[in-house]
Amino acid sequence: MLYRENGQFKTSYRADQQIFPIQQDRIFIGLLLAVAFVVVPGLASDYLFRAILIPFLIMALAALGVNILVGYCGQISLGSGAFMAVGAYGAYNFFVRIPGMPLVPAILLGGLCATAFGILFGLPSLRVKGLYLAVATLAAQFFSDWMFLRVKWLLNDSPSGSVGVTNLQVLGWPIDSAASRYWFCLVFLVVMALLAKNLVRSAIGREWMAIRDMDVAAAVIGIRPMYAKLSAFAVSSFVVGVAGALWAFVYLGTWEPAAFSVDLSFRLLFMVIIGGLGSIMGAFFGAAFIVVLPIVLNQVLPLLASLVGVEFSTTAVSHAELMIFGALIVWFLAVEPHGLARLWSTGKQKLRLWPFPH
Amino acid sequence: MGFFLETLLGGLMAGMLYSLVALGFVLIFKASGVFNFAQGAMVLFGALAMARFAEWIPGWTGIESKLVANVAAFMVAGAIMFAVAWLVERLVLRHLVNQEAATLLMATLGIAYFLEGVGQTLFGSNIYKIDIGMPKDPVIAFDQVFEGGILINKEDLIAALIAAALVALLTVFFQKTSTGRALRAVADDHQAAQSIGIPLSRIWVIVWCVAGIVALVAGMIWGSKLGVQFSLTTVALRALPVLILGGLTSVPGAIIGGLIIGVGEKLSEVYIGPLVGGGIEIWFAYVLALGFLLIRPQGLFGEKIIDRV
Repeated sequence: MLYRENGQFKTSYRADQQIFPIQQDRIFIGLLLAVAFVVVPGLASDYLFRAILIPFLIMALAALGVNILVGYCGQISLGSGAFMAVGAYGAYNFFVRIPGMPLVPAILLGGLCATAFGILFGLPSLRVKGLYLAVATLAAQFFSDWMFLRVKWLLNDSPSGSVGVTNLQVLGWPIDSAASRYWFCLVFLVVMALLAKNLVRSAIGREWMAIRDMDVAAAVIGIRPMYAKLSAFAVSSFVVGVAGALWAFVYLGTWEPAAFSVDLSFRLLFMVIIGGLGSIMGAFFGAAFIVVLPIVLNQVLPLLASLVGVEFSTTAVSHAELMIFGALIVWFLAVEPHGLARLWSTGKQKLRLWPFPH
Repeated sequence: MGFFLETLLGGLMAGMLYSLVALGFVLIFKASGVFNFAQGAMVLFGALAMARFAEWIPGWTGIESKLVANVAAFMVAGAIMFAVAWLVERLVLRHLVNQEAATLLMATLGIAYFLEGVGQTLFGSNIYKIDIGMPKDPVIAFDQVFEGGILINKEDLIAALIAAALVALLTVFFQKTSTGRALRAVADDHQAAQSIGIPLSRIWVIVWCVAGIVALVAGMIWGSKLGVQFSLTTVALRALPVLILGGLTSVPGAIIGGLIIGVGEKLSEVYIGPLVGGGIEIWFAYVLALGFLLIRPQGLFGEKIIDRV
């Protein structure tokens, strides 16, 4: 009843090509943005901001970037953590080395560093495909792990190996309270998600998808694989790099290379798979799932154990977390290989006919 | 010259162990097209089971002999790996037939997480020792030929010999037994193999069992060198360049790739490492493998990839 699109006629090409052609979708997105920008900061506690909301926003941004590469262009990457690291350290170097460097350009320049790095490590994708490429991208991961541990110049010669930033501000507004950090990340996420959504609908997005579905056929109909693959690597690593810079600057504050280990790469891939490959919406779902799950398990498992009268140690919780994580991934892949985004679109399809089944 | 040869030999012996881990990957990829990221977790799981049972069995049964305890522990751990293989086929692979390669890869990542969690819950998460009586002291060889001779680590030598024996055994198994022939048939063409009556699910169980045993042996050797702990899973990450260098589908590729990576890693660490700050072993192996891939995208011994529209 509510989600019905009959009567909404499109009388111009503009109307037909807008991002959300259905009026209810537009209203929903508008409401969602209003809630995210206004209502949530008013209600959320400091803990909620720091433990869930800010990591969710940044991880959603990173998952968005990974999804462009893996979901839209079909180039499986296990090196996303490295792109985040390059973004973070790139932004750090611009921020501390250039006096008076504003925060936002520093973060964007960090993203550009990640772009260069991504193109460099995307070059093998022109020769190597599929699973071979997945392993080859690990080279980027281990190279960055090593680089940010051993090349002291990149760390601004910090003796301890960990670096940090303080005194963040945008145009004189300090970014120190939890709510302002949240807003800062939210603006980045909304802008980038909008750009990404438009990009994947454009000619270049279609080229990516053609390469993903069948690269030989795509080359035959005149899509240049080199241009398409490298542009996917470039855009994806820019977004991931910006997410990395935000993760380091806004969420961690002080960090070392271990924050961007291969484990993070795997987690990003999980987000994309669980959320749904080749879907902007999926990145949000996947990030929410992966960020919230460990926290929920940490709370629920000891509670359940105490109900049965068993003491649950923290190591037991972390092991149980690994197990449940692994089992859930397998279960998800078996039951819904297209991810949460598919459930969402199925739900929308059902709503169109509701309350009648046909 | 003596030092160079020493490094070379050390690399070759480390490479033998890498091939052992890579072999587990290749077996599973050959027979089912699954890129098994859980191999590292299986190595850890097998080694943990082995270490703990070797400790527990004397306590339960009162057997004093170390040899008997170790053999018994190996049998029990092997049985556990069989159970794992069966469960993996039953609970995971069966539900994921005909999915894309990326999905299967993710599923094995899930299995890896699960096995890590289960292994540490059942067997504890401290550092354990596996003592299979490997001699620790090095020997000096060729001391007439070179000044100072060449130091050879006996432990590495024995490990390499065990690995070589296992590889030989697997080759015989693949070439001479009827099960081995069935495995190769499935590797070549799933459908054709099924149509002549080879049960796919049983083949999968067998191949995961074999991979489990390979993982157990690898875990045993690495564990007796480094101690059994969580970091053992990273051994698998170090074996991955071996895999792409040798080609995902080739058993000889895994061995020769392992030797090349082992040698390349050691030589680069010794001769290039000091120039750039050291610790370059792990990424150098990957870059080496990538370099090879740019020349031969299917790896040294991999099957030629033919794309058709």
